[in-house]
Amino acid sequence: MSKQAQHWEKTRNLLFVTLAIWFVFSIGIFFFGAEMEASNFRPFGYPLSYYMTCQGSLGIFVILIFWFAGRQEKIDEEFGYTEREGD
Amino acid sequence: MIKGKFIDNLPKVYGIYTGGFLVFIILMAIAEQAGMSAKLIGIFFVAFTVLIYALIGWLSRTMQTDAYYVAGRQVPTVFNGMATAADWMSGASFVAMAGGIYFKGYGYMALLVGWTGGYVLVASLLAPYLRKFGCYTVPDFIGTRYGGNLARLSAVIVLTVASFTYVTAQINATGTIASVALDIPFGIAVYVGLASILMCSMLGGMRAVTWTQVAQYIVLIIAYLLPVFWISNKMGAGFFPHLMLADEVARIAELESQFGLGTVKNSAADLATVPKGLAGITKAHAEVNTTPWKFISLAVCMMAGTASLPHVMMRYFTTPSVKTARRSVGWSLFFIFLLYCSAPMLATLSKLSLMDPNLPTGIIGKSIAEVESIDWYQNWNQANLMFVSDFNGNGTLELNEFFMGGKAVVLATPEIAGLPYVISGLVAAGGMAAAMSTADGLVLAISNALSHDIYYKIINPKAETAKRLIVARVLLFLIGFAGASIAALEIQGILGSVIWAFDFAMSGLFFPLVLGVWWKRANAPGAVAGMLGGLAAGTAYLIAVRSGYPGFWGVTQLTFGIVGSLVSLVLMVVVSLITKAPDAATQRMVDEVRIPSGKTVLGKQH
Repeated sequence: MSKQAQHWEKTRNLLFVTLAIWFVFSIGIFFFGAEMEASNFRPFGYPLSYYMTCQGSLGIFVILIFWFAGRQEKIDEEFGYTEREGD
Repeated sequence: MIKGKFIDNLPKVYGIYTGGFLVFIILMAIAEQAGMSAKLIGIFFVAFTVLIYALIGWLSRTMQTDAYYVAGRQVPTVFNGMATAADWMSGASFVAMAGGIYFKGYGYMALLVGWTGGYVLVASLLAPYLRKFGCYTVPDFIGTRYGGNLARLSAVIVLTVASFTYVTAQINATGTIASVALDIPFGIAVYVGLASILMCSMLGGMRAVTWTQVAQYIVLIIAYLLPVFWISNKMGAGFFPHLMLADEVARIAELESQFGLGTVKNSAADLATVPKGLAGITKAHAEVNTTPWKFISLAVCMMAGTASLPHVMMRYFTTPSVKTARRSVGWSLFFIFLLYCSAPMLATLSKLSLMDPNLPTGIIGKSIAEVESIDWYQNWNQANLMFVSDFNGNGTLELNEFFMGGKAVVLATPEIAGLPYVISGLVAAGGMAAAMSTADGLVLAISNALSHDIYYKIINPKAETAKRLIVARVLLFLIGFAGASIAALEIQGILGSVIWAFDFAMSGLFFPLVLGVWWKRANAPGAVAGMLGGLAAGTAYLIAVRSGYPGFWGVTQLTFGIVGSLVSLVLMVVVSLITKAPDAATQRMVDEVRIPSGKTVLGKQH
């Protein structure tokens, strides 16, 4: 496999992982709104369903994007595709 | 004027600006104590901030195409994040969101999840690749990737439909705020708002919009967070509301059942006496009050719409590199998160301060006559944002007898909680900043697409730089003017049309953009079919539902993008597969886009 194909495969795998996490916290958990509400796990005392819509999912998205950016930079570095200044 | 040196000094420049703004707030507070009238304070706040934006717009004037279209591609990561956050958070986010949460609770918060989750799609599927492409506009990408004027033109059509729907709502919001703060009629205030918007964008294009948006973000975030923290502390609810309002949320649920929420229903005849646009509390504050599919379908539409709205995407064309574009998406969402996670807290504080009889501000359970004699009630009743009526004739205000406009949650809560008027002036300036910054981005997105993609790329490819930029500015003016004229008619609510804009963008652009990067086999006929077919299907469904068709799969007029984008996906795949594969040059171009390093696909000046 060429270097470029390998790079793209790793990039694609990272995309799948990122989208899987995204799916869980943007769609998956909201199938279980009622269950979350009844849950005994109450972050900062809020009902879990309320907390996830107010802060939980939102904060996870912020962290997820930075994590994704960091991983992608590592992949680019591995294959020598890191941009030089002035590119 | 703004080159190298300015970029290096950004933290200092905006640090001084923020300090100056805080000093201005303090001066206004002192002036209030010295007896300056509330009206004058409001005028000072709005006029002062708008003049600063106009000054930045003038300082950023330019006659170069890459500065005009993509701010010279030198906006640093964090600052681009702030600019995107201002670009993104509209009058609806600032003024209407807390109100929506106040009235509709959990079901409404699907918008919070959708409007943030979409950025994961932006970061992972699109932004870095479009930055590598080196395009000036979103149709520029579509036109070059798929080839041919028809694809370019289709993208411009979708962009214009979505963005124009959105921009009228924003100009409407600037007009509303300007008319309240400056005390002028709405029909005139709309054009005052338009003039302010044009001052920020006309001379310097994207460069001017970038630097004013950063300034606007600073104003709007201060204006949103300061009252939330202040009210929370004043009520003794906790010094850091976001982590400390669990007791208040529980208390609201307790009061809801005590006041008979959901058991006492108003008759239709009683409701007919309530002024238009006002609502009572009919939904529980924090309980899960909607079906999972309703919640999820709305969130999905907002997420896919986020990834398809051109005015957001084009902000990531302005970063110095692909890597910074990716990180910049993270910063954008961080700055958006600061406001979005505060909106539910504001709604909670606002509701509790009105409902709790143990608080001095609580009005439910008081006598109607007493409530009607409160100063702030009279003010907001006059502004047509509050209303009480003794339906059951017992002389006491019940929960179902109090009505409020959605905007009042943000605009009136500081006054209800007894904060000084200077905070209300600040909130008006923040709302103005939010609406202006989004309107700027949208008007620029439309006029850039028309001037670059239609005029330069299709009509007159030989046009000189000077002529291109003059055409761009004339179009900017015309589009702004058209938007203001429609806004002046006041035909639609702010929030409804914002949600439609997302659905339109998702219907026509989501799959053509994503597959352009991720599916090499996608070709021009497929993309054209996807864009036009998706837009047509979405629009047809919207019109059908609005004229009485019950719809299917629980798709409503707020989520018609699901129908549009599915049609778009199917058409795009089928048509691409039955027509010829893209040529070798196009395939190489896609390969090139997938590698961050090296030159952009399109030249620096094109």
